[in-house]
Amino acid sequence: MATLIIAEHDNSILKPATLNTVAAAVAIGGDVALLVAGEGCQAVADQAAQVAGVSKVLLADNAAYGHQLAENVAPLVAELAKTAGFDYVLAPATTTGKNLLPRVAALLDVGQLSDIVAVESADTFKRPIYAGNAIATVKSLDAIKVITVRGTAFDPVAAEGGSASVEAVTAVHDAALSRFIGEEVAKSDRPELTSARVIISGGRGMGNGENFALLEKVADKLGAAVGASRAAVDAGFVPNDMQVGQTGKIVAPELYIAVGISGAIQHLAGMKDSKVIVAINKDEEAPIFQVADYGLVADLFEAVPELDSSL
Amino acid sequence: MKIMVTVKRVLDYNVKVRVKADRSDVDLANVKMALNPFCEIAVEEAVRLREAGVATEVIVVSIGPKAVQEQIRTALALGADRGIHIETQSSPESLSVAKLLAKVVADEQPGLVILGKQAIDSDNNQTGQMLAALTGLSQGTFASEVKIEGDEALVTREVDGGLQTLGLKLPAIVTTDLRLNEPRYASLPNIMKAKKKPLEVKTPADLGVELRAHTELLSVEPPAERKGGIKVGSVAELVEKLKNEAKVI
Repeated sequence: MATLIIAEHDNSILKPATLNTVAAAVAIGGDVALLVAGEGCQAVADQAAQVAGVSKVLLADNAAYGHQLAENVAPLVAELAKTAGFDYVLAPATTTGKNLLPRVAALLDVGQLSDIVAVESADTFKRPIYAGNAIATVKSLDAIKVITVRGTAFDPVAAEGGSASVEAVTAVHDAALSRFIGEEVAKSDRPELTSARVIISGGRGMGNGENFALLEKVADKLGAAVGASRAAVDAGFVPNDMQVGQTGKIVAPELYIAVGISGAIQHLAGMKDSKVIVAINKDEEAPIFQVADYGLVADLFEAVPELDSSL
Repeated sequence: MKIMVTVKRVLDYNVKVRVKADRSDVDLANVKMALNPFCEIAVEEAVRLREAGVATEVIVVSIGPKAVQEQIRTALALGADRGIHIETQSSPESLSVAKLLAKVVADEQPGLVILGKQAIDSDNNQTGQMLAALTGLSQGTFASEVKIEGDEALVTREVDGGLQTLGLKLPAIVTTDLRLNEPRYASLPNIMKAKKKPLEVKTPADLGVELRAHTELLSVEPPAERKGGIKVGSVAELVEKLKNEAKVI
């Protein structure tokens, strides 16, 4: 058995989500190869070669793959899967993986299993449906199994300790269907939401965007990422990439602190697998308290500064 | 330019999901069904493009049993011009849906196809990308803004780190994210008018598509329940618990 994993990267750094996906591949068993498709991404291939459990790195370094446009990368992955005899094609369930992999599956004329959270056997997997309100056990009937992996469900493999060979892939697919125009990427010194050990999130109760500074202070003391509920995003307090929930990011940190968040189903779907949940809300009846390990009924504008000064 | 939009009939998002006692699936007997929210955003975007004069006609397509005609009528009431219902016994898997839609794309030759990024029942997030692969068209997934300029669609996408803008050669496939627009409510006169709009019914056989299963659903279970926690009386007590009991800070 052999698995091809699409490495998540930005042409310079291998993203941690890749390590969780390798863990899923290790759980399946067999050889694991990582595909690094990008432009000027040799450094990523070198990092990929160090990842524990990886036996081969395929490096497709070409301008056509620079922004990892699905129209160009999907035919490359489909070709590799067919010609190199991979039984599984995996990618992290990030926006990059979600964008690319169904296009690969359709080119291979197979279905896709999205967002798996457990490997039951070589062909059977668990995945959440209905925003995590039910867990389906699904058997794949296809010869090549195309799967995206929910990172929070698999502990990452070690980023170092491996010694995979790096092989260049020279095939170039340039569909000339789409072009990259630009991006606005939020710059922050804080950890990324999906890989943070601690997250502090604010909801509608924050009142406005400026008040998120209160959470940022606490975040900096705890080395935490700052998140938000959909209500806070919809109200325009903070940008959408901070959103935790069914329609935002799915997180499972060791500590999740929900501040001024009522606990709508769609938010709970994104954070209820956190190890320890703290809720600070002045409404005693807020549903967030039903999932919180530690609930504090208090005015957040008093409690958060107090928390800040006691850390 | 014609725009094609797709709609899926799903469990209303306000309804609490229950797993059947035999754990074979989610229980959908006698529960309220609705238009998938992401599909509703797709319909709204298409109608706005027609209202802006960019598009001339909005065609709405749905696949499933006869009941999905209710969601097609909803889309027609929101402003779509005509409907196509592809009748199947149950709701097919994403790849089968994409194959059926690819045939409709070949017949109708739309300049733009807009789909919801995912259905809130299966949470797959696959069909748009698969349709793009099968038709060989460009794809702009998770769109928060769509502009048509010349022979290109400029699509701003919600990506993990922020926003990305792509130029897509038309015809293009776009999938919607939540912030693309806020769908309107259908007015009563428009609901009445929608009943008279044309709705064509086809079968997979009419389209020359044979449906095949790619997965088998073995069981469905409710998620693990979180045990209820405790209330703490003060910030000091909270910090003490986090340090000494949970040991997370």
